[in-house]
Amino acid sequence: MTDSDNAQEWKSFKRGAWSCGTDVADFIRLNYEPYEGDGAFLEPATERTLKLWGQVLELMKQERRNNGLLSADVSTPSAVDSHKAGYIDRDSEIIVGLQTDAPLRRAIMPFGGYRMVHSSCEAYGLKEDEKVKEIFTKYRKTHNAGVYDAYTPEILAARKSAIITGLPDAYGRGRIIGDYRRLALYGADYLIADKKRQKASSDNSPMTEDVIREREELSEQIAALEAVKRMTLSYGIDVSKPASDFREAVQWTYFAYLAAIKDQNGAAMSLGRVTTFLDIYARRDLESGKITESRAQEIMDDFIIKLRMVRFLRTPEYNDLFSGDPVWVTESVGGMCEDGRTLVTKNSFRLLHTLSNLGPAPEPNITVLWSEKLPRGFKEFCAKTSAESSSIQYENDDLMRPLFGDDYGIACCVSPLVIGKEMQFFGARANLAKALLYAINGGVDERTGVLVAKGFEPIRDEILDFDKVMEKFDKMMDWLSRTYVNALNIIHYMHDKYYYEKAQLAFMDKDVVRKLGCGIAGFSVVTDSLSAIKYAKVRPIRNENGVAVDFEIEGDFPKYGNNDDRVDSIAVDLVRRFMGKIRKLPAYRNAIHTQSILTITSNVVYGKKTGNTPDGRMAGVPFAPGANPLHGRDTSGALASLCSVAKLPFEDAKDGISNTFTILPDSLGKSEAEKIGNLCGLIDGYMANKGQHLNVNVLRREVLEDAMDHPEKYPQLTIRVSGYAVNFIKLTRPQQLDVISRTFHAKL
Amino acid sequence: MKAAVHSFETAGTLDGPGIRFVLFLHGCPMRCIFCHNPDTWAAGAKKLMSAEEIFSEIKKYSAFFAASGGGVTVSGGEPLMQPDFLIEFLELLKRNSVHSAIDTCGCADLDAKAEKIIELADMFLLDVKHADPDGHIALTGKSAEKPRKFLERICGAGKRVWIRCVLVNGITAGAEYAEKLGEYLKPFEGKIERVELLPYHTLGVQKWRELGLDYKLEGVAPTSPETAAGFRKILQGKLPVTEIA
Repeated sequence: MTDSDNAQEWKSFKRGAWSCGTDVADFIRLNYEPYEGDGAFLEPATERTLKLWGQVLELMKQERRNNGLLSADVSTPSAVDSHKAGYIDRDSEIIVGLQTDAPLRRAIMPFGGYRMVHSSCEAYGLKEDEKVKEIFTKYRKTHNAGVYDAYTPEILAARKSAIITGLPDAYGRGRIIGDYRRLALYGADYLIADKKRQKASSDNSPMTEDVIREREELSEQIAALEAVKRMTLSYGIDVSKPASDFREAVQWTYFAYLAAIKDQNGAAMSLGRVTTFLDIYARRDLESGKITESRAQEIMDDFIIKLRMVRFLRTPEYNDLFSGDPVWVTESVGGMCEDGRTLVTKNSFRLLHTLSNLGPAPEPNITVLWSEKLPRGFKEFCAKTSAESSSIQYENDDLMRPLFGDDYGIACCVSPLVIGKEMQFFGARANLAKALLYAINGGVDERTGVLVAKGFEPIRDEILDFDKVMEKFDKMMDWLSRTYVNALNIIHYMHDKYYYEKAQLAFMDKDVVRKLGCGIAGFSVVTDSLSAIKYAKVRPIRNENGVAVDFEIEGDFPKYGNNDDRVDSIAVDLVRRFMGKIRKLPAYRNAIHTQSILTITSNVVYGKKTGNTPDGRMAGVPFAPGANPLHGRDTSGALASLCSVAKLPFEDAKDGISNTFTILPDSLGKSEAEKIGNLCGLIDGYMANKGQHLNVNVLRREVLEDAMDHPEKYPQLTIRVSGYAVNFIKLTRPQQLDVISRTFHAKL
Repeated sequence: MKAAVHSFETAGTLDGPGIRFVLFLHGCPMRCIFCHNPDTWAAGAKKLMSAEEIFSEIKKYSAFFAASGGGVTVSGGEPLMQPDFLIEFLELLKRNSVHSAIDTCGCADLDAKAEKIIELADMFLLDVKHADPDGHIALTGKSAEKPRKFLERICGAGKRVWIRCVLVNGITAGAEYAEKLGEYLKPFEGKIERVELLPYHTLGVQKWRELGLDYKLEGVAPTSPETAAGFRKILQGKLPVTEIA
């Protein structure tokens, strides 16, 4: 495939390294045009868009009424080309393609584990397909089955006691972002030829295990690309060649993404960073008079409608962990180019504008890469959209760009990955609050009395001594990190073996860099507990077996979230310490160790499974989400809370540090202009202090309370939780109550 | 030089432009019957802090001030009652390029210290308690003369000025008073950047009770948004080029 073959599609594009290789970032740098203005050029939704969106909203309403599931195809294991073409309203759709043959119909994905299929069917009252069951329990081994063949008794015990939870051992691991733009820029044939060349490069190498695996994987990728071609042809569209205009570029990009979500039910199926790439096509069409601004917006609106419809068939247990049916179709927008220009384009505005045209929604998970240098017009437009929709999260481009360059995207909530070049082995999280209790109790679980971590002595002191506790806790963290990384290595070995992400890796480089994304839960609880032990008197109350099941606290102690270095330094030390331990352990496929401080909504479940803690938190009470201070303990104002979180060192938590922030509208200032200006200032200040991630909610508690009682009035009420947004009325009641109990800052 | 500090708010958005650190000082010459911080009246020092000590708190939040066009607001009480500290503190802020605003009732002699403060401060938030001399005495217990002269002086010095007026039903919230206020401020139009109307609220009443003070506005209802909007319209008519917030 040569440049001249694509002369028509690449007309007027400036050539460079991208046109003789595969390098989308280079294409963007050479061909995009920054936009420094405001949102005045934007167009409202067309009548067609509103009608189509109205149909989808009606389907979503039926889905909610029907216990969260509209319909499911239980007999066809999902694959890139498994289902017939599906439409919402064939004649009026501009961008086509659904995961199955009907809108919101969910597919089974048994390769991750048959149990997920079985439990989902049971939960929703669906009849299992006996043939599928037979195949995946008798003839075709799954990822889940493989993992359980290798798990150690210690891992099983840790998993059962929930000191390690949320492991992706029963479904797709996610956290991989294919460079879906490649299909639009190059077409499938070019990519297939490229992958064949990659495979041929090892034809004469000695067939070691690594080489054999790579050859098999490349073959899988080529097969996936062939399947993509078949799938798109079922819609009457041929993606062999590159996209030739804006609509096609959006369609091709979406098809590549669609292939991924038909192949995998990953925990997070992020889109990447497609907006500015697509702007290049929009601008070309606008300049040639092929489309109007209204048409450009209409195409984006249609694309977003599709992304709002992504669904997976999951179990109620899964929804307990990750509530509200999230899929993390994360799209990163904005940021700066390494040459100093902003990567904001008119299409960045169009993407955000879908939140006005179609109303707020949790998906796609719109992530603004914030830089101090972003154009003022874009900053203000973001702040305004945030205040209206509470649907946007912000991540620090000035912090990440030096490490990841200018073509990275966010996987899931907060995890930066270079697009097309890096992938992650998702690792859920280890419960450090529970680990502290194990340190005190010599490895015995405080809830069950079962000995989980063997070979430790409990602390028998009447009053807990900080230094002694730290010494024990440090050793317990050694045990935890070892057990945890062992589990992850097993999981990712088996995932590669039985549920390889061929449709995503097909859109990535051959020598992809792998990250082992570990994580911490219970962060603020353990920080405050250690502060209590250090600055107050903490007396364990032990049961008849000598297990500390409660704590008496005498005196006050500094709490994380008040910009008080006495306790914030404990938090910083914890991040460094645990990361240091993780780094020492061997990682599968030489992955680079990282960690996040992120819990998504699983803070509720982790809290439920953890006993009374030395900070005075009662057993069962939810943890704070991510790196947030515990609800109600950040009493020194919003900025103090933000400053505490911003102290956590990103270099030891490169997988992200999540902070969710809720503020009452009136506390931002008097006039609308002041509110927007102050919200920009707040984000700018947080990022200048090196905060990595900020979810911004601008809302009143009363609205949420009303929505709990009258969900029908709030079909699109969206709020940001830890690293993603949810449709509030889809949360379980305990999760709704948890959200309402979180700190709403009445003053900055 | 130490200041008698009542308290501080690490980030206010309601006392001047942008996100601001608000320092509340002790002591006030006025006894406004609608005061919502009567606990700052007494000059007796409760907490003494040096300019440097206060600034070390401020520094923690400087990124937010810079990003939002904010800074530090010194409020009270009446900050002009601690002029020596204020001069030292304003000099410290200036050296560190932090924007400063003084929230004052303007009830001070225009002596050398006051002149120095006017020179150093970037901005003034000046309360106009009442536009009528008799009304002023009735409301605050003090003559309106000094505040008027102070307003003339800061406008003359070319300082950024926001005027703040509390609207109390039956006293300073009616149409007639709006006209009067407009006339009072008319000579300064073009010099005043903004007039902020603060509808009276009852959140301070509890503090009066706790201090064992007799609250004269007992039974006066909070000023409604409609009243405030009507007031605003009249005032805007009188001061067409001034922002009425």
